[in-house]
Amino acid sequence: MHICTVTPISVTVGANRIVPAIAIPYPLGNPSSEIEEEKAIRRKIVENALEALTIGVDGQRIFE
Amino acid sequence: MAKIKVVHYINQFFAQVGGEEKADYPAELRIGEAVGPGLAFAANFKDEAEIIATIVCGDSYFNENLEKAKKDILAMVREQAPDVFIAGPAFNAGRYGVACGTIAAAVQEELGIPAVSGMYVENPGADMFKNQIYMVVTKNNAAGMRDAVSKMAPLALKLAKGETVGASVEEGYMPNGTRVNFFDKKRGSERAVQMLLKKLAGKAFETEYPMPNFDRVEPSPPIKDLSHAKIALVTSGGIVPKGNPDHIESSSASRYGEYDITGVSDLTEDTYETAHGGYDPVYANKDADRVLPVDVLRDLEKEGAIGKLHNLFYTTVGNGTSVASAKAFAAEIAAKLKKDGVDAVILTST
Repeated sequence: MHICTVTPISVTVGANRIVPAIAIPYPLGNPSSEIEEEKAIRRKIVENALEALTIGVDGQRIFE
Repeated sequence: MAKIKVVHYINQFFAQVGGEEKADYPAELRIGEAVGPGLAFAANFKDEAEIIATIVCGDSYFNENLEKAKKDILAMVREQAPDVFIAGPAFNAGRYGVACGTIAAAVQEELGIPAVSGMYVENPGADMFKNQIYMVVTKNNAAGMRDAVSKMAPLALKLAKGETVGASVEEGYMPNGTRVNFFDKKRGSERAVQMLLKKLAGKAFETEYPMPNFDRVEPSPPIKDLSHAKIALVTSGGIVPKGNPDHIESSSASRYGEYDITGVSDLTEDTYETAHGGYDPVYANKDADRVLPVDVLRDLEKEGAIGKLHNLFYTTVGNGTSVASAKAFAAEIAAKLKKDGVDAVILTST
């Protein structure tokens, strides 16, 4: 599964399970947040990704 | 000036020997004859070139007796010693296309005689040989003969004379991976606006920067039980141990790295960084978990939400890296992950 910020690129290159991220230089973070808050944001994206892995897909799907 | 000497290769069908029932027709050399499409070539050459011989071979014969057919035909061509070799056009005939590509490439490589062929872009012979010989784009059936000959003939003459061959878009051959610069009559802004107007009007237009062909893969079945799954991390965001020990390039990466994170529960400023030259590295260098979420996955591992975080992660720089390189890296990485019993991969990109 693919975590990335610019999801249309992911769709173009053919990823099947896609999870949107925060920003190009920090897909799984947010430097303007406090460290603990930032880690919570990261965890949420990773949990979303893990959940996507447990869901069957027929083709390409973006897990918002 | 002496006429340019051309040897032409065609199949049994275009030689009017017969159809499928004659597809096992062995290679035959007809000296001094232009046959079938050869007449159209001859007309196009005017007085500049002549077909000194035509080689006729059945499509099945060629493909089923590949080594012998190739050897026999190469001997015929060597004996005739032409200035250029033309095969086809094959349009969308698959076996004919493969035969044309095979023999044209062999003539060029083994005899050093320039060769040109032509076929429909979806003919399997096109993909196989378009990077080895000049492969002219044709329509998908013989109704496109005149068009095909009008491109193949001048290109063949240029090759015979050793003249510079222009860009694929000018000469009508399939892009072969070699970039040729040329000055367009219209400047870029004008061409771009014309394309945009066509696009807005719903008309066909041709991009000057086609995307590479990306393949598609079947989605993997879902994971039934995450708490027993082994999850691996892979990234194109260039996260590497501090100092980039394998010197992964900051753009157009020629390699990927494999690094052990046994016992690592947090990527820190002192231990990891990014090698990527295509985005602002400040945030990833400060905390590489922002690209490769090792810290969170360790937590989830401890909590039992996932079975295990794989002890190796794979990384490269996805910055101007060619699709061919990326595909090669991915094939190797995937094989290693499978061998290590990894159930799923989280790929992160910047």
